[in-house]
Amino acid sequence: MAAATFRFTIDGNDVEATEGQSVIEACDAAGIYIPRLCHHPDLPPAGNCRVCTCKINGRNSAACVTPAAHGMVIESNTPQLTDDRRAVIEMLFVEGNHPCPYCVASGDCELQALGYRLGMVAPVQPYQWPGRKIDATHPDIYLDHDRCILCSRCVRASRMEDGKTVFGFEGRGIKMRLNVDAEGGLGDTQMAAIDKAASVCPVGCIVVKRDVYRVPNGSRRFDKSPIGSDIEAKRTKRNS
Amino acid sequence: MNSNSGSGVEAIISEFGADRSRLLDIVERIQRHFGLVGDDAIQTIAAGLGIHRVEIEDMVSFYAFFNREPRGRFRIRLSKTPISFMKGAKEVALAFEQALGISLGETTTDGAFTLEWTSDIGMADQEPAALINGTVLTELAPADVPHIVAALRQREPDGDLGASRPKARPEATLPKATIRSSLVKAGPLLSGLSFRTEGIRAALGLSPDKVIEEMTKSKLRGRGGAGFPTGMKWKFTRKSIGEEHYVVCNADEGEPGTFKDRVLLSEFPDLVFDGMAIAGYALGARHGLLYLRGEYAYLWEPLQEVLKNRRRLGLLGDNIGRRKGFDFDIRIQLGAGAYICGEESALLESLEGKRGAPRDRPPFPTERGYLRQPTAIDNVETFACAARIMEKGAAWFAGFGTAQSTGTKLMSVSGDCAGPGVYEVPFGITLSELLDMVGAPDTQYVQMSGPSGQSVAPKDFGRSLAYEDLSTGGSTMVFGPGRDVLDIALQFADFFVVESCGWCTPCRVGTTLLKQGMEKVVAGRATLADIAEMESLGNTVMRMSRCGLGQTAPNPILTTMRNFPELYEARLAAAPFTPRVTLHDALRDAVAVQGREPATEEV
Repeated sequence: MAAATFRFTIDGNDVEATEGQSVIEACDAAGIYIPRLCHHPDLPPAGNCRVCTCKINGRNSAACVTPAAHGMVIESNTPQLTDDRRAVIEMLFVEGNHPCPYCVASGDCELQALGYRLGMVAPVQPYQWPGRKIDATHPDIYLDHDRCILCSRCVRASRMEDGKTVFGFEGRGIKMRLNVDAEGGLGDTQMAAIDKAASVCPVGCIVVKRDVYRVPNGSRRFDKSPIGSDIEAKRTKRNS
Repeated sequence: MNSNSGSGVEAIISEFGADRSRLLDIVERIQRHFGLVGDDAIQTIAAGLGIHRVEIEDMVSFYAFFNREPRGRFRIRLSKTPISFMKGAKEVALAFEQALGISLGETTTDGAFTLEWTSDIGMADQEPAALINGTVLTELAPADVPHIVAALRQREPDGDLGASRPKARPEATLPKATIRSSLVKAGPLLSGLSFRTEGIRAALGLSPDKVIEEMTKSKLRGRGGAGFPTGMKWKFTRKSIGEEHYVVCNADEGEPGTFKDRVLLSEFPDLVFDGMAIAGYALGARHGLLYLRGEYAYLWEPLQEVLKNRRRLGLLGDNIGRRKGFDFDIRIQLGAGAYICGEESALLESLEGKRGAPRDRPPFPTERGYLRQPTAIDNVETFACAARIMEKGAAWFAGFGTAQSTGTKLMSVSGDCAGPGVYEVPFGITLSELLDMVGAPDTQYVQMSGPSGQSVAPKDFGRSLAYEDLSTGGSTMVFGPGRDVLDIALQFADFFVVESCGWCTPCRVGTTLLKQGMEKVVAGRATLADIAEMESLGNTVMRMSRCGLGQTAPNPILTTMRNFPELYEARLAAAPFTPRVTLHDALRDAVAVQGREPATEEV
């Protein structure tokens, strides 16, 4: 039995959705890109980053955790929401240590790509310069906590997709950190390089060793086209 | 060093049925028993519950009252709020530092004492206050400190408590270990009470639907501050389909400046439990849970006694009031030091033994709450109101207050006033009437509803306390002339840094950036551009945060900016730009390494 379909509008565009879809899923399928960081299509949503916040029926809500409903009126691409999203991206840049020019993930990093897309040129807010250690205890993977944006993708992927629960959080507030399921570091966990958790990191925190420069700088995902253009391409195709 | 013995930990785990959802209790008991939650304890819990150590660390590291490393046998926690600072908490802290020979945040080398700050402990009318292990000390003065330390050196803290909670706490005989009754003015809610079981008896004379109808007719609204109509909440919860329905009492009274739930739970506990039983009957729930903040652990034992007594009287347990099939009992869950757990969805996560990170809604707790079952979460005071409404009728209750805000409100008043304490007032009275009542004729401003509320300047003292005007959970901090408004705003900003759960970006990072911005203002180094930047940041945090904590965290700054622009202006630096860090600070480490005298230049 096919799920019931219904319609809502986002920035004046009509979108068809099915029961059980979130706002972001329905918009992705319709080729309308809502900026996001912690959301991943293969994982249950967690609502950590708040970048996908939209004005839904007059109230700000994160599109990844809001179930789509008939007749919703959504604003996404407004000057204020773009400013707020840019401010949130800026917060993530100053919270960790993100030296794009020499980062292994440059060109493949969703945080960097969103910074470009949303027009974040240079942070106004003060850098926090946290002192975080690299975990290189695993033979095939290293964790560069400096880049971690606490998006919880790896936490969810390891638990739901890999069935391992290698990752979790530790502490609260500005002291919150990514933690692993062993006293001795990632090398003492069940983590493997082929795990889903190793491939979902949006930044350069979970890095598979001897693999990162397979695609050279300049030829990477976001070197070629801005983040979100793959989703928007669906719309152009359908409309043509 | 780890001192958690495996068998002791295993006994605690089995006492809670190796139930994952009781992890908070298990860890709390281990903390109490061993003074820390060590690595070996975490391994044992992981094995005993069949979960991963990272899940346990996730939860343990979240709560302020758990520690992984050893701390002092006597844990001295000083209440840190603008009110306590006004009343001399800094001087008391200094006296403790001198008496113990350590700085705040440190532990004495003999392992006897740890001295630290903690967020508001619900004693705003009797500051400076402190928690020593589970015991509250009030109205401290520096001169008391040597006596307290000497008395503590004489005795051993409560060690192994076995299955029960502390009975005779050795700290209970300390100097200043007395809590004065905070109730100054009782109104209709808290007057004319007999045995406080009339509510449930009256409810049993009606059908559950009729009980909810009475609640709706009374127009009772949530007393935590949000003001959601209680009748509607109960109706939604009753209608939701689930294996079980739950009634939860939110006694995580963490909003700085409020202490009225402490008064209700220590002086009128029967009224609260009566209200919970009424909700149980109305919703068809068999289980009630009272989430008691860790700072109120000293109420645990008296509350258990009240519960026991009610069971004996047939007011809890099976077939309540000889009504066949009406089974309802109440369990008390102790928290462990986290302001965010007063947010209802974070409270549910905590009740389930996890870190207190709020949930996204929908689904609302009325559909999927505790253990994903329909749950009605109400404030302590709301349950007390519900009990009186059943006893005296909806019309009686609606006769007080305004058309949209019926009944009375318990106001927790503290700060620069003659009579701090709890005042029961009808909704609709103006703030200036309240200020007259408490003896605060010369008030510079009022911080209404705590840091998450708003600053109210004299021009608005004519506003009414009511959901439709100046909505309030009851915290009323009064600041007299001469108090530094900007410094108080900075202290509140710091509070949110400490209490942000960290789940979402805008609150986790934004609260820290706001505090840093405010520090620059207070230091007299902020420019007009900095102020504009801080305002813009505050609005982003408000719009983008996940839950009420982040959405209200910028309030102390934004509302003082609006009310006292001249105070901000007076602190501005007369320059188009000043760096965030002074040259002096930037070079400090290098200068120290070189062994030079630091330069005296200042920007």
